[in-house]
Amino acid sequence: MKWARIAAIVLLAVISIACLGAELFAPASYAHQFRDVPDAAPSRQHVLGTDALGRDRFSRVLYGTRVSLLLAPSAALLSSLLAAFIGGTAGFIGGWLERCVMAATDLFLSLPWLFLLITVRALLPLNVAPMTSVMITFALLGCLGWAAAARVVCADARSLAQSDFVLLARASGNGGLRLLWRHIFPNLKTVLYAQFWISIPVFILTEANLGILGLGVAEPLPSWGSLLRELESFSSFSAQPWQFVPLVLLIVVVSCFHLALSREEFSV
Amino acid sequence: MRRHLIGLVLSVAIILCAATAIAQSGGQLRFCLHSEPKTMNPVLTADDSSETVRYLTGGVLVRLNRLTQQLEPELATSWRVGAGGKTISFKLRSGVHFSDGTPFSAEDVAYTVLQLMDPGMHSPTGDSFRSGEGKTLMQVTGKDQVLITFPAPVVGLDKLFDQVAIMSAKSPQKEMAVLGPYYVAENKAGSYLLLKRNPNYWKRDASGRQLPYVDSVRLDIQENRDIEMLRLTRGEIDFINALDAEYFDKLAAQAPGMAYDAGVSLDAEQMWFNQVANSRLPAYKKAWFTSVNFRRAISGSINREDLARVVFRGHARPAVSWVSPANKFWFNTKLQPHPFDQKAALQTLAQDGFRLESGKLKDRDGHLVEFSVITNAGNKYRERMATMMQQDLAGIGIRLNVVTLDFPSLIERITRTFDYEACLLGLMNNDLDPNSQMNVWLSSSETHQWNPSEKTPATAWEAEIDKLMRAQASTLDMNKRKQAIDRVQEIVWQEEPFIYLVNKNAMAAVSSALHNAHPVVLRPQVYWNVEQLTLDTEVAKKR
Repeated sequence: MKWARIAAIVLLAVISIACLGAELFAPASYAHQFRDVPDAAPSRQHVLGTDALGRDRFSRVLYGTRVSLLLAPSAALLSSLLAAFIGGTAGFIGGWLERCVMAATDLFLSLPWLFLLITVRALLPLNVAPMTSVMITFALLGCLGWAAAARVVCADARSLAQSDFVLLARASGNGGLRLLWRHIFPNLKTVLYAQFWISIPVFILTEANLGILGLGVAEPLPSWGSLLRELESFSSFSAQPWQFVPLVLLIVVVSCFHLALSREEFSV
Repeated sequence: MRRHLIGLVLSVAIILCAATAIAQSGGQLRFCLHSEPKTMNPVLTADDSSETVRYLTGGVLVRLNRLTQQLEPELATSWRVGAGGKTISFKLRSGVHFSDGTPFSAEDVAYTVLQLMDPGMHSPTGDSFRSGEGKTLMQVTGKDQVLITFPAPVVGLDKLFDQVAIMSAKSPQKEMAVLGPYYVAENKAGSYLLLKRNPNYWKRDASGRQLPYVDSVRLDIQENRDIEMLRLTRGEIDFINALDAEYFDKLAAQAPGMAYDAGVSLDAEQMWFNQVANSRLPAYKKAWFTSVNFRRAISGSINREDLARVVFRGHARPAVSWVSPANKFWFNTKLQPHPFDQKAALQTLAQDGFRLESGKLKDRDGHLVEFSVITNAGNKYRERMATMMQQDLAGIGIRLNVVTLDFPSLIERITRTFDYEACLLGLMNNDLDPNSQMNVWLSSSETHQWNPSEKTPATAWEAEIDKLMRAQASTLDMNKRKQAIDRVQEIVWQEEPFIYLVNKNAMAAVSSALHNAHPVVLRPQVYWNVEQLTLDTEVAKKR
């Protein structure tokens, strides 16, 4: 698996450099509309063709990757940290606190989020810059996505709290906070990694769907979510395989992250 | 007179074409509905699918010829509008029977109008006839004659009867007994509707053969447009009544003979600024939006040609007025689309103290010119138009933020909270008579979108529009009405409370197995002459 890991790291590095240096590599601005060539096929000027408004798809993929690559993992990290803190603490302490926290988690999971998001949109000002809309979207996703992961983490933390090594650590005089920080959280890494990786594609797709509520990334800024929305109109009538590039990139990036970090994960 | 003559010639040509295709008659016509019809009662029809069933099954007193845009006699052999639009008398065709054999008489017309005007029925069709308080009176003046008196004059009264399918007063089958070319024979909820040829249909072709030519119509419920397209290309259905630009181009690339572009439709895409005096907008933005110079500058900075060419792939044209050029009689031909001229736009803005500083537009108090436009999420054409406008307005230093909202939230903002700056929406128009848009133009109306429910007209030009719209509604003299509507179009063109962007084309797909189809811009585009449609002999035999 070593070669696969190295290949994944190299690929991730290439993608990261390309999207971080989008200004250097992109042949055009992500927003510029080449109105004479909408929906163009790949050419020397537009290597991935253009979208329906004539915007260079390659440039949009680069900038969109930058947005999603920075913000979806950030949102996933936020939700995983919240899950670790809430679920880990509840599982470790147990008793009435665990029951209360899990009841609150269940309640949180059962809330009709769609309506809450619509309310959030109603509360937000209409004149929001595209970049601010990105931040709001992913912050919102991070804050709302912790509950399911917290249940898993809580169950794991509970079993860890009852394990022999924690009992020994306790007998050695380790207090609650130290136990939690030194013995419980490090052992929750595997499950947290899994939750983290599951969350990234979920958040990217959720961001695409949020566009329907007016909460997604605002035009003209691209994101993987908005690029994936192009596939809505994909049909056998208009087979344009280059439209799949954002989807392929999403799969490649998530897989590469899995491979690149797998060694650390297995060594825990 | 000349228009009537052209209409007559066209109608005769179509009838002759139909007559030549008699050998191909019979079989089953198939097409898709995008949702299940909500009602079979023609008086309660409100959705597209129910309207399709009503059109195919309902017998009407007069029919608007979708091609010539002229009224033609159907169950009424003649009619006369009187008392300034308060009364209408019909002389009815004799010897006509409903699909179940019940004879048709003046009592059925009286019964239908009674149902239509019954406030308890909440009939959407009936709403068009309600012009004043009071009862509608029906007098059966003879076996084949009926006089209807409305409490107040109704504009375009005779044309409104194109939507009124006559129901039987006596048939035990009630609304299922029909006078149209087909009757509903089978209804499999969520799956399909089967309409069969009405054995008692009164209409015959030139050779004396009973119409319609096709034996039955199968309406499959199919929401997915991709599947509908596939079924058309496989020959499973015969036409698609309304195509959007993207599907049209896909089909034109694959099967060019199937794609029909009937030209510009009655539908328009438009944007407007919030001019509500008590909205929560800051005072300086209210001043921008109520300034005609600002609105004109925005209008002149939007490249409508590009919108039509890029967003609608050339299947639209720059809009001029609230009346579409497809509306042959009412459109003011003197008006031209506002030209795309950003230099002139900046000069117009300068008159109000706006100035361009380092590529950014500022008002006389130094506020950066930035506003948001809301539109309904999920409508990719509007989202694309807004994004193109974003780039156009950036050309005069304006930052436009595009906000897509779910439809209920959008309606809430434009009708109740008025918490928005500009809105981009479309207008679906089925009625040729501009009087149907009275509720938009009267300043006191709740649907006077840019500034609803004004106690008194906020501007002199709105007062003039009020006066003109009322004047045209109170006369039957078509020339006077036309003059008034032309003037309203001129005022709207000058003041631009609505910035009209494009008029979309009416597009359809028709299989090569279907003959005598002449798609038009008015709904229903393809099957408006359903009685004369015929199928290929081979196809007809298979079905």
